[in-house]
Amino acid sequence: MTTVAEHRPKAVTRRVGPASTVRHSMTLTWRSLVQIKHNPFELIELSIQPLMMLLLFVYVFGGAIAGNTTDYIQFALPGIIAQNALIATIGTAIALNTDVTKGVFDRLRSLPIARTAPLAGRIIADSAKQMWSVLLFIVLGLVLGFRVGGGIAGVLGTFALLLVFTLAMSWMAVLVGLTAKDPEKVQMFAFSFLMPLTFTSNAFVPSETMPGWLRVWVEINPVTQLADAARGMLVGGEVAGPVVNSLLWAAGAVIVFAPLAVRAFRLRA
Amino acid sequence: MIRPDAGRAAVGGFDVVRDAHQVRSLIGLTGQYAGVDESLTGVENLVMIGRLLDLPRRDAKERARELLRRFELEDAGDRAAKTYSGGMRRRLDLAASLVGRPQVLFLDEPTTGLDPRSRTELWGVVRGLMAEGVTVLLTTQYLEEADQLADDIVVFDHGQVIASGTPDQLKSTTGAQILEIKPADPARVDLVAQVVADVVGTWPDVSADQVHVQVKDPSVVPAIVRLLDELGVIAAELILRKSSLDEVFLTLTGGQADTDVKKTDVKKVIA
Repeated sequence: MTTVAEHRPKAVTRRVGPASTVRHSMTLTWRSLVQIKHNPFELIELSIQPLMMLLLFVYVFGGAIAGNTTDYIQFALPGIIAQNALIATIGTAIALNTDVTKGVFDRLRSLPIARTAPLAGRIIADSAKQMWSVLLFIVLGLVLGFRVGGGIAGVLGTFALLLVFTLAMSWMAVLVGLTAKDPEKVQMFAFSFLMPLTFTSNAFVPSETMPGWLRVWVEINPVTQLADAARGMLVGGEVAGPVVNSLLWAAGAVIVFAPLAVRAFRLRA
Repeated sequence: MIRPDAGRAAVGGFDVVRDAHQVRSLIGLTGQYAGVDESLTGVENLVMIGRLLDLPRRDAKERARELLRRFELEDAGDRAAKTYSGGMRRRLDLAASLVGRPQVLFLDEPTTGLDPRSRTELWGVVRGLMAEGVTVLLTTQYLEEADQLADDIVVFDHGQVIASGTPDQLKSTTGAQILEIKPADPARVDLVAQVVADVVGTWPDVSADQVHVQVKDPSVVPAIVRLLDELGVIAAELILRKSSLDEVFLTLTGGQADTDVKKTDVKKVIA
């Protein structure tokens, strides 16, 4: 009988309290970030793509677009940061999809933990990675001659807006991650939807030379709004308009994708 | 948990729909596909589960080491799970489902795709858990596995329960035993088959110089022996044995070897 008693869990509770929800989410955040500790190379991997983008755009296209690289980086750095924020959501979708297809998700949902913890842990970890790459962009930008006109407040404001925006967009990532058949399908989604979305903006190039019909879309594109907001806060210029528009896009993403993502999550969990 | 279309189920007295959270704290689950995070090490995988089960960090680490030792993964504990072999991954997955010391353990075809050695090892682990008082619910395609491990067996075919009971009960449900006769002279196997057919009333299977038939009444055996003796046939082997679970299954399903759909639930219930 003693062995049976040993197998009885300490306490059988009815549900998960808010403190446990936070703790479970943090454990799963740790789980997503701990690989970096073991494999510092992952941090380099994580950073190399954004850095490559920045260097290529500034030195290859910069002169042609803006006349010289110094002027171009003032324009392009906030744009690349905005574009990267959207592209980074693919990482969330792929990681989530890998969990689902590899059975980790099943394991997690068999445990007596907060239902939302697997999603929350993933999103918190990815937001942390996202903030890391923004920091990296700004530091590298400074090295390459980027001048922060907005001061520390502008930098913090940019961080805050990007955080809100990526959190809102992660609902889309959750939906894609939970519904895609395999990680390759997520990649396909990224190339067929996010690439055109981020390129039909003024993230890399001013919209003046584009055809009129395209310009109509470019002006309302969320990436344009986010890029303009980041430019306003980091470099100087109009802030309120693009910030409000970015937040409207974020709200729109939540309204459209959150219910769909929650529905997909309920079906899976 | 998936909502049932109809009916209800309870684990340890808790309803799986209404008290899903309590049920989760009583059970462990090991699926067909090892649900381990491949980019984490063995230790980290288990510590993560321990922490999610509200163990303090130190206890979670201790429990992880203890389980790795038990599953002979100690040396691989600090390596990423993606470097593990299939059998090691399966063992790590099983260890993960034991972190919370479950009262009821669900194993979904745990030996599918394992080599014979890993399978035997896994059987040993399951037996050890049963000895500790853990209820194990194991699904398998291999009736041999059910026979080896189970106290209670539920046989499903096309989604329907077609039989249930202990292995011995199942073997006797068909009321039949198997008689096998192998004549010393292979040329006389047809004669043996004829004798068996005359006495038993059904034509036996003949394969590999051996006659094989289901018998419901053991008294046919002396009659067959007598007749064979009169005919001067010497039997090299003559065996009367219980049906194997495979034979029971084939009889229950009307002889269609529709093994793809068959699924056997094996339930080990603690005394």
